[in-house]
Amino acid sequence: MATAAVRSEPRLGWSPARRSAWYHFEFYRQTWRGSVISNFLFPILYLASMGMGVGHLVNSHAGLVEGHPYLDFVAPGLLAMTTMQVGSGESMWPILGGLKWTKNYHAAVATPLTPDDVLAGKVLFVAARMFFTGVIYLGVMWAFGVLTSWWSLILPFAGVLVGLAFTTPLIAFSSTLESDAPFALVQRFLLTPMFLFSATFYPISQYPAALRPVVQFMPLYHGVELSRSAAFGTGAPLAIAAHVIVLVVLTVAGWWWARRNFRRRLVL
Amino acid sequence: MITDTPLVQARGLAKSFGDFRAVAGVDFSILPGESFGFLGPNGAGKTSTMKMISSVSTPTSGDLSIFGLNPAAHGPEIRSRLGVVPQDDTLELELTVLDNLMMFGRYFDLPRAVIRERADELLEFAQLSDKRNEAVDKLSGGMKRRLTIARSLINRPELLILDEPTTGLDPQARHLLWERLYRLKSEGVTLIITTHYMDEAEQLCNRLVVMDKGHIVAEGSPRQLIEQHSTREVLELRFGIESHDRWHDALVPFAERVEVLPDRVLLYVHDGDDALRAVHAAGLTPESGLVRRSSLEDVFLSLTGRTLVD
Repeated sequence: MATAAVRSEPRLGWSPARRSAWYHFEFYRQTWRGSVISNFLFPILYLASMGMGVGHLVNSHAGLVEGHPYLDFVAPGLLAMTTMQVGSGESMWPILGGLKWTKNYHAAVATPLTPDDVLAGKVLFVAARMFFTGVIYLGVMWAFGVLTSWWSLILPFAGVLVGLAFTTPLIAFSSTLESDAPFALVQRFLLTPMFLFSATFYPISQYPAALRPVVQFMPLYHGVELSRSAAFGTGAPLAIAAHVIVLVVLTVAGWWWARRNFRRRLVL
Repeated sequence: MITDTPLVQARGLAKSFGDFRAVAGVDFSILPGESFGFLGPNGAGKTSTMKMISSVSTPTSGDLSIFGLNPAAHGPEIRSRLGVVPQDDTLELELTVLDNLMMFGRYFDLPRAVIRERADELLEFAQLSDKRNEAVDKLSGGMKRRLTIARSLINRPELLILDEPTTGLDPQARHLLWERLYRLKSEGVTLIITTHYMDEAEQLCNRLVVMDKGHIVAEGSPRQLIEQHSTREVLELRFGIESHDRWHDALVPFAERVEVLPDRVLLYVHDGDDALRAVHAAGLTPESGLVRRSSLEDVFLSLTGRTLVD
């Protein structure tokens, strides 16, 4: 026994998750000025300093690294690392903001959107941001003349997968918090060590054999290796499959955990 | 136009968080066109009830229907026909007034041109037209509240839910807001309002329930509640700074009921001036005596023995 007359509101026909993603894009479009510098400048700075500075040193002392000039070697790893940074940045403070500070996510679930839609929209948006980051990297790499294989074109997609492996677990973690204090710890004890030790700047073979499993335990290592395989069109199929599986498992498990936390936090 | 079929109906509605029973089984029904209030102190269970009516939080037990639909099965459909003004404004502070409306409208799947047209009307309604391109951050508390109300109307809701709409606002901002809400009410929008301000409930609600500790302790129009649970007038006596408890017994003969508060004694009487004269004639010397009409505050005090705002 519906009581109110049936209304004919005009409709766009977008799915709720798409509306949620659109909101994030629109918000980004209005507030992007702060991040444009990091988006365009960081790839250039990283490649310039690592490739030309360190690279020159490496090339003149050691010659090729795993068969590649140092800049070619380091560029795909830097791409993986940058998508990790973009993804993790989007998954910490902005999440707590939506849940606790501006409470925009609470506003969203008072509309036809559900917590699942809010989460899916956010992840879609972050994935797109990471994709663009990858495309920009690809362009900068091309400008530096380090693209050697057509396989490089899948780098932005590899970058998205690497980034997502950090994004969804970190969103899940952030949505359990009441304060942003733990984010500093995440950066200090998780992201920075991974950035330094995931064989981004040199091959894993530089580590003593006993230490290699520790490095292989780090998700970013798999991201770096996957990116390298993509950039050069090389790598054993089994190893590539292992990297992809690690990253997909992290993404899916993180998403599952984040969904649970979003529901708890938003509609309890 | 008030019809008989309820827009919202609750039977034995309850919500628990672990061992804590926030809402302990309440019954109420709200008719189309009504302006319905939930009055009670902080922690009475008002917000939990609002969240269930908003089809955001799921009841622990009991029956709830909104527009004749079950929120557990039709949440998004119900929410597309609701407007919600939460306790916190939940606006995007970095964005402009207009963009806040434009972006929120998209949550309801509305086409841009439609949102744009409605945004103009709503900014007019909220008296924010000249602020449309200002960042929300720069608005006063009253303006933000009006923008939150404008935002809640973007989908032309049949039912508007307001949780503490004027808490924290100065008197001028509150009166402006009440006037706008009154206008909505006269346009036929059904309003549900929670408040711990008695004057707000008296101003805006046709009918209300008084909640305390998760229960509904009384229901009726403001006038009915005052008639049932209080006297026509109240005499407020102040006796200096020492404890007012010691005056209780001496004052009992002068009133139907005596309530002692930390800073004053309330005498519930039919005629306050008569009572004050009688108190003086008996040789009691209060520092001041104020006669006023009974309010919902007195109803709450009579029902629970406590004041609404601690």
